[in-house]
Amino acid sequence: MLTRHPSPVVTTVARLLAPLIALFALYVVAHGHYSPGGGFQGGVLLAASTLLLRLALGEKDSAPAFPPSLALPMAVTGVLLYTVTGVVPLFLGGGYLDYARLPWPGAPAPLLRYFGILVVEVGVALAVWGTMVAIFDRLARGEG
Amino acid sequence: MAHLPVLVPVAYLLASFLSVLGGLWRDRLGYGIALGGAAAAALVSLWGLLLVLRQGTVHSFLGGWPPPIGIEYVLDPLAAFLASLVSALGVVALVYARPSVAREAPEKALLFYPVALLLLAGLTGIVVTGDLFNLFVFLEIASLAAYALLATGKGLSPLAAFRYLILGTIGGSFYLLAVGFLYFTTGSLNMADVAERLPPLYESRAVLAAAVFTVVGLGLKMALFPLHLWLPDAYTYAPSAVTGLIAPVMTKVMAYALIRILLGVFGLTYGVEVVPLLPVIGWLAMGGVLVGSVMAIAQTDVRRMLAYSSVAQVALVALGVALANPLGLVGGLLHILNHAFMKGCLFLVAGGVYYRAGVWGVAQYAGLGRRMPWTMGAFTLAALAMIGIPPTAGFFSKWYLVLGGIDAGHWPAVGVVLASTLLTAAYFFRVLEGVYTREPVPEVAAVGGSEPPLGMLVPTWVLGGGVLLLGLGNVLIVGRVLEQVARDLVGG
Amino acid sequence: MGEELLGRYPYFLTALLLVVGLYGMLGKRNLLKKLIGMTVFQTAIFLFFIQGATKQGATLPILDPRWGTDPARYINPLPHVLILTAIVVAVAITGVSFALVLTIYRSHGTLDEEAILEQGRKR
Repeated sequence: MLTRHPSPVVTTVARLLAPLIALFALYVVAHGHYSPGGGFQGGVLLAASTLLLRLALGEKDSAPAFPPSLALPMAVTGVLLYTVTGVVPLFLGGGYLDYARLPWPGAPAPLLRYFGILVVEVGVALAVWGTMVAIFDRLARGEG
Repeated sequence: MAHLPVLVPVAYLLASFLSVLGGLWRDRLGYGIALGGAAAAALVSLWGLLLVLRQGTVHSFLGGWPPPIGIEYVLDPLAAFLASLVSALGVVALVYARPSVAREAPEKALLFYPVALLLLAGLTGIVVTGDLFNLFVFLEIASLAAYALLATGKGLSPLAAFRYLILGTIGGSFYLLAVGFLYFTTGSLNMADVAERLPPLYESRAVLAAAVFTVVGLGLKMALFPLHLWLPDAYTYAPSAVTGLIAPVMTKVMAYALIRILLGVFGLTYGVEVVPLLPVIGWLAMGGVLVGSVMAIAQTDVRRMLAYSSVAQVALVALGVALANPLGLVGGLLHILNHAFMKGCLFLVAGGVYYRAGVWGVAQYAGLGRRMPWTMGAFTLAALAMIGIPPTAGFFSKWYLVLGGIDAGHWPAVGVVLASTLLTAAYFFRVLEGVYTREPVPEVAAVGGSEPPLGMLVPTWVLGGGVLLLGLGNVLIVGRVLEQVARDLVGG
Repeated sequence: MGEELLGRYPYFLTALLLVVGLYGMLGKRNLLKKLIGMTVFQTAIFLFFIQGATKQGATLPILDPRWGTDPARYINPLPHVLILTAIVVAVAITGVSFALVLTIYRSHGTLDEEAILEQGRKR
């Protein structure tokens, strides 16, 4: 069971930094397909912001920000998002992960591909975030 | 159905994640989804096999991007054959797993099924992909799932899994290095494309490096002698349901990867004339057959005996490949199929015996012939097949291997296959003698020991009966599927 | 010959890292040291790929109005993407291995490979 760090300097700085890191992480995810960044990198940053809170505030006090029980479902949801985005085009005549065939009315193919990959990147970010936090929580509790 | 190849691993992936969610909600739901997913994947694979045999190879491009830019999935007769094998065994193993895991590792039940599905996703992915890097990804997915599953046992199980992890990661990383060399010299990751671009580059040292790293890397993954050291410990300490799932298929899929890359990408001429890779593999294989079989004789724990036996069997497959002629390759491929059923049945029997009698030792199997006639019947059938007695399946794969050896004029190979028959007989008759002629040891007599539950007995007999059926039907299998595959890869 | 070697010195450094990592994985008895070796080993492989992607005088693979779409002006992004995936794989492997090490420590009380095997054989 991780406990709260004794120094108020540490806890305050962590509480200030964590949302900023998360914000930057969202930027990284959104820009992944166009400039350095992407789902995995953004996901790791999001996990870093959560883990910073865990380490500074301890398991109990950081729980409101990210309850440990949320981690595994979040990871699975992220992966499902990715997989479903891949499978839906199959039913509409395209190949697996063929974003051009996603069911969004009136959008041209390049735009669909552009957004298709964005959805996938978000899925990846969620999956990575959830998995990293889940692993950390398990190891910190000593469950393995 | 142009997108069939991709569906198999995707079905497993979806089922795995839904199974986790379902299992978090209701215990049985997780298992139900897992079993349903495995069954669906098996049906798709079998359908794919029939489709491919009738219409020819199916190609599928990920995201609609054609090769060589995109990632291509290829379902040809060999891939369909293996995918069907892996997924069918997956269903059998999952049915067996429910009571077995409850007995041996009940606290791991929630995550067991999703991880098992991930393993199957990885293995089938390796089989159907046509992209070198994609193969690496699936290779590691399967390996990771295997490390996790193999660690769920008691005693030395986590350490055995850890050592497998270290050696397996070296193997996977070497393969990745090989892919790097191939990409930098040919500019492509698509298997068919690289195969076309490679011949002018045969003399290059980078290609040589790629070939060597591929052989060593995949050799580690498939436990080819002398890179087999992780296998005995890993198979001995893991729960029976895990070995029942992994032992029949994992090393064989790795052998398939080696076949696909060495013969399909580098080409037969490379492995024989440019660099003597296939002969080297042949000698290592012969060593593996002998060492594995001899070590098996020395074991007192049934699981460890079966593990060393598996080392020998994978070496037989490698020998078939190394002979570089159609007969030998048919023998090797047929042995992949046969061994999956034989070894799977044997490990399931071991788990069944533990379920009721709580013992793993060869000496303690005494007298079980009368207490567990059905279980031991399956064991006997599988053992006879392993030795190679007609009309069981094992006879036919060894028959083709011997023919291949004669065809290549390689008498040591023929000798080794025949020797393996004798050695296998040695370690199995030791067990059978105790089972049928001796009285049960005190600890078994005290516990009782009747047949294991139907949930375990039925899968055991599906595999055991399959051994006989495969033997009787081997003409069909070889004629319709394997001969075509062998001709495509090594000419005829 | 010497010029060839000098021109390729990054590859030699990478090979050195590879060997160091291998030694760590196979030569050390402590499980955590093996894991460190594994990380070094995998990193060496990543470096190999990245090195192969560079070109003389080329810049980052983001469209620059000065160079247009001339491929010779940009370093090859494909190996980078491959390595990204490989890094994710390596992270997953590291995660699983830590979980294994934890389990091993809790049931054997030591992280020394030899000691654990001794314990196991005696039982």
